[in-house]
Amino acid sequence: MQAFFDVFDIYLLEAVINGILLGGVLALLALGLNLIFGVIDVTWICYAELVMIGMYAMYFMVQFYGVSYFVAAPLTILLVAVLGAALHYLVIAPLLTAPPINQLLATGGVLFVLQSFATVAFGIDFRNLGIRLPVLAFGDMNFSYARLLSFVAALVGMVAVYLFMTRTFTGTAIRAISQDRQIMALMGVDARRIYLITSALGGALAGLAACLLVLQYDVHPFVGLSFGPITFLICVLGGLGNFIGGFIAAFVFAEIISLGGLFSDLEWGYVLAFAFFIVMMFIRPAGLLARRR
Amino acid sequence: MMGQGRLAAWGIGLAALVALPFVYRDPYHLHILVLILIWSFAYTSWSMMGRFGLVSLGHGGFMGIGAYVTALLWNHLGLTPWIGIPISMVAAGALALIVGYPCFRFRITGHYFVLVTLALSGIVLQVITATRDYTGGSLGYTPNRAATNRLLALQFDDKTTWYLIALAVWLAGLVVWHLVDRSMARYALEAISEDEDAAAAAGVNVTAEKLKITLLSALMTALAGAIYCQYQMFITPDTISGIAVSLQMVFAAIVGGLFVSLGPTVGAIITILLAETLRIGFGTKAVGWDNLVYGVLLVLFIIFLPKGILGSVLDRLKPQRKVSPNS
Repeated sequence: MQAFFDVFDIYLLEAVINGILLGGVLALLALGLNLIFGVIDVTWICYAELVMIGMYAMYFMVQFYGVSYFVAAPLTILLVAVLGAALHYLVIAPLLTAPPINQLLATGGVLFVLQSFATVAFGIDFRNLGIRLPVLAFGDMNFSYARLLSFVAALVGMVAVYLFMTRTFTGTAIRAISQDRQIMALMGVDARRIYLITSALGGALAGLAACLLVLQYDVHPFVGLSFGPITFLICVLGGLGNFIGGFIAAFVFAEIISLGGLFSDLEWGYVLAFAFFIVMMFIRPAGLLARRR
Repeated sequence: MMGQGRLAAWGIGLAALVALPFVYRDPYHLHILVLILIWSFAYTSWSMMGRFGLVSLGHGGFMGIGAYVTALLWNHLGLTPWIGIPISMVAAGALALIVGYPCFRFRITGHYFVLVTLALSGIVLQVITATRDYTGGSLGYTPNRAATNRLLALQFDDKTTWYLIALAVWLAGLVVWHLVDRSMARYALEAISEDEDAAAAAGVNVTAEKLKITLLSALMTALAGAIYCQYQMFITPDTISGIAVSLQMVFAAIVGGLFVSLGPTVGAIITILLAETLRIGFGTKAVGWDNLVYGVLLVLFIIFLPKGILGSVLDRLKPQRKVSPNS
């Protein structure tokens, strides 16, 4: 499997800063998943595969049809948002009253579908945009503009979601429904509509992540497996549905991967992160920010 | 529990299965049968805990440990699989306890349990890939061929021997399934899957019961991995461990039916025959198609037939039968 974050140099500070930059994109991924979980109480196991589809959309638009990157990006975000809404409408909605595990497993089925769809339609070749952004040299340290751009865009995306959630009526309704499912229906909020909007929003965040990740990494049908599990762990570590917890956990994880990769092979960074996760489950089973019961 | 008629049916069916390779010798078909039996055993192991609502995506990890520990001990230390397999099972069991205990002690259930076990199969996959100097990484790994003593190395060339070994292992899995099915533990675990607090209040030791079934399931899954490795003589991290394999187990068990003993076997038959048919029918063009069909089927089954094929058929046949408490 292609190493996902393979930019580490010998300098510690560089690794730390790269970890922060990586954390931005991970936080964006975690935010989308947390939104779905917090509001609809469903885990989309196939979340990373939505990102993968978005990356393919970017690849084909930019590389194949010559669309400018900045035109292709909104289209991709829109496409993945529609995919997210469709996923909810076709798979989750019929299962809303089923045991939660069934919903999770059904999205596991969607994971198979998306992966093999990409294999069948696009083949298993690694593809990239062919855009090589320059490298920013700062002292002895090098940072790629792609990472910097991703970090900034991820932050902007998160702030936009925050404003949407706090400043608009729909956003308020979304937050309210995550607090009490039964009562909100009595308050005149159409839960089905809110679920659909939330799913589209979660999809849009996946689309944004796809636009950013495609700048740094090659796309292939199994690319989702290289960052999907990490995203879930971040959400669990932060507490499922807890936005701030997920944000912090993303940076903690990114630093562990970044620094672990600095001292040894990249995979050991991942192993360290996974092991850290399991140890944290001993100490804080309900997430980083949860109070002990 | 088992009536005379059913006992006789089992006896005749078994005799037919044992006699089969001596009558019918087509190596390709025997190969498919061996694969079906090995994977059936793995899927049965998964549903040992899956049927009680303990959905684990960590079983790919246990299977990987079973396969790789056995093969590594053989290649590097020359330890016979007869000792290596038990060691690998103990390793998987220990890992299951290390991860399971905090999960059950701190009441990690539902989504959380699934995602924690997902981390587990992620760890095993990454460790196998990272230690590529020993395990060959993602390129795969082959146990050394034994020069002389085949039995000691547990390496056989003829399909008949493997068929009988796989049949015995599969049968052992079913026996364990039935033992659990008829034990007190089953009632305790069903109570736990309904309502943990109520079960605890009724005097069930929730943590201990869950740990026992998890340990059993992990041991069996590791054995399945080791047997698969010995049979195929080639393993890669992606075919034997990781999240994809875990999901494959869940898928087959659900399609066949979680709550009946032969359900996972039916699931294995369906999935493997489907994959083989597509592979033969379409050749290399079929890459990806089998998983596409799996995925669609998985979604449809969960929505429309959550008890699986065999479970639904049995329900249809015996409407008087007591309703399965799960699902």
